[in-house]
Amino acid sequence: MKLTPEEQDMLNGKHGKAAKKSMEILTTLGEIFDANCMVDVSSVQIAGVSYANLGEAGLDFLDEMAKDGKVKVLTTLNPAGMDRENWQTLGISEAFATNQIRVIDAFAKMGVITTCSCTPYFVGNVPHFGQHVAWAESSAVCYANSVIGARTNREGGPSALASALTGKTPKYGYHLDENRHGQVSIKVAAHVTGTDRFGVLGKIIGDKLIRLGKNTPFITGIPSATVEELKSFCASVATYGGTALFHMEGITPEFERYPKPSGGAFEINQEDLEKARFTLIDDELEIDFVSVGCPHASISEIRKIAGLLKRKKVTKEFWITTARPIKRVADEAGYSKIIEDAGAKFAADTCCVVAPIKGRFKSMIVDSAKACYYGRARNKLKVKIGTIEECVEEATK
Amino acid sequence: MKLKGRKIYKGVAEGEALVTREGISFYGGVDPDTGKVVEVGHELEGQSLAGKILAFPTGKGSTVGSYTLYRMKKNNLAPAAIVNEKIDTIIAVGCIISEIPCVDKIDVAELKTGQKMVVNGSEGTVEVK
Repeated sequence: MKLTPEEQDMLNGKHGKAAKKSMEILTTLGEIFDANCMVDVSSVQIAGVSYANLGEAGLDFLDEMAKDGKVKVLTTLNPAGMDRENWQTLGISEAFATNQIRVIDAFAKMGVITTCSCTPYFVGNVPHFGQHVAWAESSAVCYANSVIGARTNREGGPSALASALTGKTPKYGYHLDENRHGQVSIKVAAHVTGTDRFGVLGKIIGDKLIRLGKNTPFITGIPSATVEELKSFCASVATYGGTALFHMEGITPEFERYPKPSGGAFEINQEDLEKARFTLIDDELEIDFVSVGCPHASISEIRKIAGLLKRKKVTKEFWITTARPIKRVADEAGYSKIIEDAGAKFAADTCCVVAPIKGRFKSMIVDSAKACYYGRARNKLKVKIGTIEECVEEATK
Repeated sequence: MKLKGRKIYKGVAEGEALVTREGISFYGGVDPDTGKVVEVGHELEGQSLAGKILAFPTGKGSTVGSYTLYRMKKNNLAPAAIVNEKIDTIIAVGCIISEIPCVDKIDVAELKTGQKMVVNGSEGTVEVK
């Protein structure tokens, strides 16, 4: 790999221990994946924040890097295992809270903005078309590549941190035109609307890609999609298919940039969609937990929930997970009061995927196919996917 | 016998080989406080990785596994070196942050548990004594 004098200096330790270690990580990954050089990144999104995932091991490493490491570019943080202000109300233990704060503090010491959100693009970390970034968080990676047209590989926690502390990433994979072509055509011959249905569509396509051993679907037949629907689709197709990039005709910015995939299109019809939806509804449900905001709810989704909850009372634990800055906008707009008066709770900084909720609930209704996957796998919950309206109805019945 | 592979992380380590044909997930699959494999049904279940030349085809599982290797190193329970057929990012990053010599592109089928060997991470070689 060819390094610039500045990059070589970092590797030799002239910019400190953390930058040296970071450059070792990046050059090694570059050599493994045959990168010729590094590329400057304009921003970083770091994952691996929940103490439940990191443990003391991860915390040790972060403390070591924080001794002399400072971020060189705009860097934001994935959700933590709890709401930093509201953790007691949400039933998080004091021991967990103490450790979680140690993790967040280590990131803050390095100059990371502790947004604690999986939707960096809602809270100021917004690349523009064609910019190189180094993002972890699979749903945000898919959104940055596909919906925005920025360029990032699927980074892990340590590699994203290494990019933050150097401002560099090895130039391979999705940073290069040759790896951004659509590989398989998918024709959607079904009416798809709502975050839940877009999540179901993401599951069908993700499962299909795994079976075919392919990446980068080229999707036709979707006449329109909201930001929230695309956010849900990204999370789902990344969860079930490991997908980092898709093209959607008439919707995403690069759909005409590359030749279309050769070979026939796989068709998804209304029946396929409904069948797949039923795979996300378990038998013998005893719903005692309602969660909306995977990925983190937008202000538009919070507005909708406030409208649905007006003059109602919830009868079940109902979490709205979102980024803290979005919660503040909701406070000012008066939506938070309506929602909290109804008895629902905001869980900022965290989500139902990373919070330590295993064993606390039996069954969960969500509007997210990604949350269904992790609800089952990590938190041993029975799940039901539904529209936002159905989630609110379940919470208030 | 001296096998030539590819350098992943520098350093030289000598020790006894522990070889498996199965992938290893350090996150959840290995206990960093005992150094033992805890994945139920794994070929190495219950065995300690501490101080061994650990040879396996490739890593699997969550990226948090890199941190598990780091924790093992801090606890003096890490493998002395890692030999892979095909390196993945979790193992590569884990070896770099923990400073464990590592080589890939080695046919693990040529190695046997109990053999004494020297791994030279800087040259990318594995020498069976």
